[in-house]
Amino acid sequence: MKAAPFEYYRAADIDEACAMLAADDGARLIAGGQTLVPMMVMRLARPTRLIDINRIATLSYIRQETHKDGEGVAIGATTRQCVVERDATVAAKVPLLACAIPNIGHAATRARGTIGGSLANADPAAECALVAVTLDAVLSYREGGKTAEIPAREFFVGPMVTCLPAGACLISARFPVWQGDKIGVGFHEVNARRSDFAFVSAAAQVELGADGTCKRIAIGVGAATDFPLRLASAEQQLKDTALDAKAVTAAVREAIADIEPLSDLHASAEYRRRAAVHLVTRAVADARTHALGTKPQEKSHAH
Amino acid sequence: MRIELKVNGMLRTIEVEPRTTLLDCLRDVLDLKGAHAGCEHGVCGACTVLFDGVAVRACLMFAAQAAGSEITTVEGITPGPGELSPIQDAFCETHGTQCGYCTPAMVLVAHALLADNPAPTREEIVEAISGNICRCTGYAQIVEAIALAAEHMRGVNRPPSLTK
Repeated sequence: MKAAPFEYYRAADIDEACAMLAADDGARLIAGGQTLVPMMVMRLARPTRLIDINRIATLSYIRQETHKDGEGVAIGATTRQCVVERDATVAAKVPLLACAIPNIGHAATRARGTIGGSLANADPAAECALVAVTLDAVLSYREGGKTAEIPAREFFVGPMVTCLPAGACLISARFPVWQGDKIGVGFHEVNARRSDFAFVSAAAQVELGADGTCKRIAIGVGAATDFPLRLASAEQQLKDTALDAKAVTAAVREAIADIEPLSDLHASAEYRRRAAVHLVTRAVADARTHALGTKPQEKSHAH
Repeated sequence: MRIELKVNGMLRTIEVEPRTTLLDCLRDVLDLKGAHAGCEHGVCGACTVLFDGVAVRACLMFAAQAAGSEITTVEGITPGPGELSPIQDAFCETHGTQCGYCTPAMVLVAHALLADNPAPTREEIVEAISGNICRCTGYAQIVEAIALAAEHMRGVNRPPSLTK
């Protein structure tokens, strides 16, 4: 369990990191390293040069930003997951992210793991990726001295594959803030042991009107397919309804009828499909309850 | 490559390969055998050390990355030579140490937890050690040990090193 030899370089700023990355095919960025290092020690990854971006101070922040698409919370790429987990702005403005993060690995891995690393790694089961797709986050990256943006829903193209150009470095993720006073979130996942990789995960955020009907809803399913899915057709059907559990189940079942779920020795495609329907139903129910403020948010403990 | 590492309060200048993990560096270069090599790919938690006061896995970081930060291993939390920290003492008292393989990591996780939260609930203790595997399955006594340590440390005789 020892990594193959490589050169180590600690980048001073983002443009230096991008330039080094572009100049060397064997180079890879390392942020938290909680996926890359195990891949390297198992020799599934053999970069010849590691460019460490952990100490670039300008990549670690959480701040509120207003853009033409509205208010958002921007999180720097190397912001540790444990920092996001405890951040008051995230809890108040992007509650779905705050609700999902405790499901990532364990405290010791969240202490090193970063938001940007999790997104760029694009594991189908990544909680950050699911939240980014569900909420329509906007990702920024730096390449050749220029900054560009890409919507999270276009960013993921396959398991561990993104459309980030070679020689580019993710710099931030901006999560939209929903306005309104009756907003609730729910997040559930099923895995072999708490905090292991999810077989299926589900995220939901709702906004209710004064009479309790659903004014706005976002639903996503993770780990079931090559990359997180947003269930837009189910959202359409459920908007302006009372979010009755049976209606949610029916809408979700229909929305995922055509997907081809992943299948492995832990969970068959059929299991993933069934679990997705149940977990989304639960996540939406939690979100509704949360929005009504009748019960504190429960931690995700799906079985 | 030559790096400077601050381990248990001492600044050490050492020569390592870039691919040397922090764990291998602590064990083989600095001869600190308290951080245990279990699975060596981030699953078991036996290699846990404190990185700027936060519990992290030493096998999931290269030594070169740790230059400029403070590392604390189990060897660095005792009040003096031959003495035990209140957490280690509580592990003895409750038989929280079974075969001992997971113990240094459990002690350090408890250390980080109690520095942050002097009165954790049972659920918080369980959550804190959830990333650490005890193959003797002696979790009940480990949880008991951490609760007892918390109780002792809330008492008056807190060593200055544990006061935040």
